[in-house]
Amino acid sequence: MSRVTLSHGDGGAFSAQLVQNLFLRYLWNPYLEHLSDATILPTPNRALAVTTDSFVVQPVFFPGGDIGKLSVCGTINDLTAGGARPMYLTAAFILEEGFLLSQLEQIVASMAQTAKECDVAVVAGDTKVVPRGQADGIYINTTGIGQVYRGLKLSPREIQPGDAIIVSGTLGDHGIAVLSEREGLAFETQVKSDCAPLSSLLSAVEDLFPAVRWLRDPTRGGAAASLNELAQAAGADIILQERHIPIRPQVKAASDMLGLDPLTLANEGKMLFVVQKDSAADLLNMLQAHPLGADAVIIGTVASGSGEVLMKTEAGGTRLVEMPAGIPVPRIC
Amino acid sequence: MNEQTVSALIHRIKSNITQPLRLMEVCGTHTTAIGRCGIRSLLTPELELVSGPGCPVCVTSQYDLDQMIMLSRQPGVTIATFGDMLRVPGSETTLELEKAAGADVRAVYSPFEAVKMAQQEQDRQFVFLGVGFETTAPAIAMSVELARQYGLDNYSVFSCVKTMPAALHALLGGGKSSLHGLILPGHVSAVIGRKAQDFVASHYHLPAAVTGFELTDILTAVLALVEMATKDEAAVVNCYPSVVREEGNPQARALIEKVFAPSDANWRGLGLIEQSGLSLRRELTQFDARLRFPVTPQDTPENSACRCANVLLGEITPPDCALFGSKCNPLSPEGPCMVSSEGACAAYFRYERKKAVTL
Repeated sequence: MSRVTLSHGDGGAFSAQLVQNLFLRYLWNPYLEHLSDATILPTPNRALAVTTDSFVVQPVFFPGGDIGKLSVCGTINDLTAGGARPMYLTAAFILEEGFLLSQLEQIVASMAQTAKECDVAVVAGDTKVVPRGQADGIYINTTGIGQVYRGLKLSPREIQPGDAIIVSGTLGDHGIAVLSEREGLAFETQVKSDCAPLSSLLSAVEDLFPAVRWLRDPTRGGAAASLNELAQAAGADIILQERHIPIRPQVKAASDMLGLDPLTLANEGKMLFVVQKDSAADLLNMLQAHPLGADAVIIGTVASGSGEVLMKTEAGGTRLVEMPAGIPVPRIC
Repeated sequence: MNEQTVSALIHRIKSNITQPLRLMEVCGTHTTAIGRCGIRSLLTPELELVSGPGCPVCVTSQYDLDQMIMLSRQPGVTIATFGDMLRVPGSETTLELEKAAGADVRAVYSPFEAVKMAQQEQDRQFVFLGVGFETTAPAIAMSVELARQYGLDNYSVFSCVKTMPAALHALLGGGKSSLHGLILPGHVSAVIGRKAQDFVASHYHLPAAVTGFELTDILTAVLALVEMATKDEAAVVNCYPSVVREEGNPQARALIEKVFAPSDANWRGLGLIEQSGLSLRRELTQFDARLRFPVTPQDTPENSACRCANVLLGEITPPDCALFGSKCNPLSPEGPCMVSSEGACAAYFRYERKKAVTL
């Protein structure tokens, strides 16, 4: 008998299979067609975006953040990737009997501070407590509503050969930070999670909106999953330049040691942009002028093709960048 | 990485090739690095790089896998394993599926974590799946030493440790090898030493190069092999002298010898090879999971359509297998070479599935 495995939650090929073969089979409607981070809901005046996400991270406190900050950033970033200005959040808590109230307070304070920074109000909530052993401390679900920016039309169908792919900063930081904290792996330099709300980063580039064609915050499955989804949805190839992909040396070292590809590791404070070729330099300058985009760089281009992500390696060779499948696990040797 | 060094190496490799050559990278980590760096796309078609039997997950026999799965079903037993093993298919199921069905299977990063768990949860039996070559053997041996020192009676090792020289003898011994050289793993060599592999040249008259896992390391080894092969010379050269010594690491070797004794082992693809495995020494039987929890699965024949065995012997490349990319893919792997992150099929699927990539 087939069962749900941890791989079904990896954000890569197994998750996609579950969504396509099960959830969409029963729940499909036109709003779900694009399966984007946030769904755009038409209203008489200005379109709204809605998104929801559940946070089950372990440990709940990690270098650079905690589950509270993450639950607000994650939903704000999904709205941002949907081209919306975040306005309202809901927060639902599933707590395990015995969880320390002092830790819960820390988490909620962290949520409040992040929401305040982004001028977002938490407007509804829910709390459930389950008996000890039936949950892992604390799970948080957040739903977000935002107002869609005018002049921004985001869709894989909008992308064209020649468009530039830009990433707002280094990749893989969150994945390594959580992994090393969870597993007690001691690396020489501690890597901090990049957990951050990106709504202000998008508003900083508002002048270039007509040229921005697609956005995504590469969380589970990392940039490899996001870019493969884009390539397949657009029916175009994406050509990455390995030498330009920003990865911190300590993230690279830890990934090499564990046999993991930083492109498949989760990020919680990065945005991928596809932008019209002529506006790429301007967008890059604007991003680099923002504190959360200081390390922004053009990492590749869109080319006509059949939906593959390819990488020109540092050595000058080429290889595929595959859709990740299964939770990242360290290798034996 | 120094671009000039890389292009100079590639130029020298290409200009030295006077005949078609087949080199085998014995180690799965090399296979992965070759795919990830796009090395094949940089070289000429006359130079073929084929994968060998050096992925410890891939050479684990189906019978051993079925035993591990049966162990995971024993009440009160926790299986601690490197993550690679979770999705490797046994006859009917995987450890990942057993975990989803309720078995206590935990992915760990080192055997020491398993020892720590055993200390903390003394009401459970912890079995560490010891899969690996000489590289992982010292850490596994140390975990047994620690468990002994701590007086733990709830920690044991299911040893599937194998030794690389034995595999090379089995690979080359048949006399049918069409290889012109071997790229030997730097990490195994760091333990056993360069000298321990001299037999490849002296006995089989095959050039070999010990090297590391960076692009320049691999290209340096390829160049050394191409130069030797074209001159019909054979030696085992050390292209990784910063890490690999002639005699290896005496402390690590002593630790292995203290805990393990050579024993016969079953290899996927190569079959039973005498004295090619490492079992726990007789005086340490209390830490030997094979003796503490004897399980005898049905001896199910391996999937005959899966050609992992031929891949491991360098007889075919992964795309030559009829299942590759269709019935066998990372979502539903038929054989271990598609599951393991070190596996040749996974590396081909991940990095080189698209033929004739030109950018």
